Amino acid sequence: MMDVERLETILTQYEGYPQDLIPILQDIQDQYHYLPKDELKVVAQRLNVPLTKVYSVATFYKMFSLVPKGRHELRVCLGTTCHLKGGQRLLESVSSHLGIEPGYTTADMQFSLETVGCLGSCAQAPVMMVDDKYYARMTIDKVTKVLKLYKE
Amino acid sequence: MPKIESVDHLTEYRRQIRAQRDPKQQQVLVCSGPGCLPLGSTEVAQAFQEEMQAKGLQGKVILKSTGCHGLCAHGVRVLLRPQEIAYEKVTPEDVPEVVETSLIGGKVVERLVYQDPVSGQTAVHKSEVPFYQGQKPLVLRKLDEIDPESLDDYLVVGGYRTMRKVLFKMSPEEVIDAVERSGLRGRGGAGFLTGRKWRLCRQVPGEMKFVICNGDEGDPGAFMDRAVMEGDPHAIIEGMIVGGYAIGAHQGYIYVRHEYPLAVKRLTQAVAQAREFGLLGNNILRSGFDFDIKISQGSGAFVCGEETALIASIEGNIGEPMPRPPYPAQKGLFGMPTVINNVETWANVPEIINMGAEWFAALGTEKSKGTKVFSLVGAVNHTGLVEVPMGTTLRQIIFELGGGIPGGREFKAVQTGGPSGGCIPKQFLDLPVDYDSLQEVGSIMGSGGMIVMDTTSCMVDVARYFISFLFEESCGKCTPCREGLRQLLNILNDITSGEGKEEHISLMEEICTTMASASLCGLGQSAANPVLTTLKYFRAEYEAHIRDKKCPALVCRPLLTYTIDPEACTACLACVRECPVGAISGPKKEAQRIDQDICIKCGRCHDVCQFEAIKVE
Repeated sequence: MMDVERLETILTQYEGYPQDLIPILQDIQDQYHYLPKDELKVVAQRLNVPLTKVYSVATFYKMFSLVPKGRHELRVCLGTTCHLKGGQRLLESVSSHLGIEPGYTTADMQFSLETVGCLGSCAQAPVMMVDDKYYARMTIDKVTKVLKLYKE
Repeated sequence: MPKIESVDHLTEYRRQIRAQRDPKQQQVLVCSGPGCLPLGSTEVAQAFQEEMQAKGLQGKVILKSTGCHGLCAHGVRVLLRPQEIAYEKVTPEDVPEVVETSLIGGKVVERLVYQDPVSGQTAVHKSEVPFYQGQKPLVLRKLDEIDPESLDDYLVVGGYRTMRKVLFKMSPEEVIDAVERSGLRGRGGAGFLTGRKWRLCRQVPGEMKFVICNGDEGDPGAFMDRAVMEGDPHAIIEGMIVGGYAIGAHQGYIYVRHEYPLAVKRLTQAVAQAREFGLLGNNILRSGFDFDIKISQGSGAFVCGEETALIASIEGNIGEPMPRPPYPAQKGLFGMPTVINNVETWANVPEIINMGAEWFAALGTEKSKGTKVFSLVGAVNHTGLVEVPMGTTLRQIIFELGGGIPGGREFKAVQTGGPSGGCIPKQFLDLPVDYDSLQEVGSIMGSGGMIVMDTTSCMVDVARYFISFLFEESCGKCTPCREGLRQLLNILNDITSGEGKEEHISLMEEICTTMASASLCGLGQSAANPVLTTLKYFRAEYEAHIRDKKCPALVCRPLLTYTIDPEACTACLACVRECPVGAISGPKKEAQRIDQDICIKCGRCHDVCQFEAIKVE
């Protein structure tokens, strides 16, 4: 069932112009950790834009997800410096520890694994982020320890 | 904060806060920039807070978390003012000693100051550290001095003085003249003359115009815009007010990547402060000029750094570029004339007007004026942000400021300009860096990323990395970019996995030429640069991959063989636990063996081995 009130608190902050579409989707993504179908239909009606347009935007940008994300979002940086300093291997290690490919969420809904083009902390490469916390100069032997901090 | 109603009121308020501040008062400035934050600068600042309280120093010593101090490699950095003592690699455990020895005892904690990796010589004061000598900070000048969350701090160092001068003493034409005479070129990529862009936009008739700050710093390896947005947000706002006045715009937008949450927070806060204070809004300081700014967040698309795609994104559409002309200066946001400049460009504007166009134009080279911020990263000792006059050579930046290559290894190449840039080899180390010289050697200035590579980097792999990055990020609108990148990636994947053929090289060159001439926007037009420059300067590496099926830098994993040196193996079994396919085994308490038939060459055994027992060939 759709939580009408929850969606309304987001929508009332906007004037309802078509250019409000992306900020509204960002708010929904931030609060729900994904973009639920029924909510998107309401957004389309309210902004008077076709639902196809909403979906085109929701699938174009990397930050939006149409499926629910895990409790913790893990982002491994694959910027140039991180790539040179072993970012890909770090990603593979995290991926095998969690048992999921990048872009997916663990079955217990605890972790989502994503890659990111650059986090801008290149001087401390390779870098990864769990939720809002940065992990600098990561090595493969630190992966287990970091993941443990977030496991229930 | 009071609402400032007039110029006199602003002068009076500035005088008041200056009078309250004693320049001799002890200050502790903890770097919370992009480099130090991940190393735990928040915890260091917290430790100072607690320790100072315990020692009864609150009120006597000012503690601030500031923007980037520059030398990220040695974070967390702490600067003591007014003595200018620069401490490095500070941890929360070091804090009690700093408080006791320096803040109370007035002495230096010798073990926390800079030490030269070669000569062992130490430097206590910031100005004595080689990394800072030879720099000319204009854009980064205030970063280690002000609290980015305090408008008062910005006002104390002379902030919004330029805005006042412009609104009350200069006509829009005079502002544009000054920016044009300064020779400032866009710091975001193409290097178009800023003043000319503004003039074009001013000349287009129209009631409604816009200015935009492009803070979608997507180039991997570049973080100068992040540092400025997080460390000196009001400088960007002030630059935009000046630009808005010059072209006749009353609304500005700052487009920030959502991957930079702190930049979003700081800018949002700064805009709200400026509005509350009366520096944004209607009739600013009773000048008759209205101007306001909205923050627009990106949603994770590299292509939105391209100006027409960025505009589409603010309008609520997918970030697909549009053919130019018409240029945004003629027909931009919501179809209106729009000036779009990047963060560093806007941050340069207040200082240019304040110090004068001629002062700025005296810095740099004939066609590239002023300074440029570079993010110096990769295989270099002093990674961090540097700001040098245009025309400084690569050798000065990498070897004098950057302190050379770690581990005594050899310099191989420097990659500039992000994914659209190129790899510059050793023979060009004495190249004076400016827009034109970089272009001559096949690279670009871009936003100023400078990634140093040593002999452990494979140039074919680097080319493959950039092509795969761009393939992911291509919006898919035009065929040359979308399909060209796909084919280049397929070929490079083949070469790096030992399936390369002789004819691949000429085929790649042909695809690159087509993409450069037929793609719609800058992303596709310049996408071939990493391939073309590596083919030009490092062709032997391609040939080694194709003919000998060897990766000389030992990077391309399918071409490597991993074995265990029985002499060095201590049977700790770390590799056995890490191996995802169970390829490593052996008797208990004896050297282990890798089964080559099972090994998938992922290299993780090599990464976890503490005893250098995993050999790679």
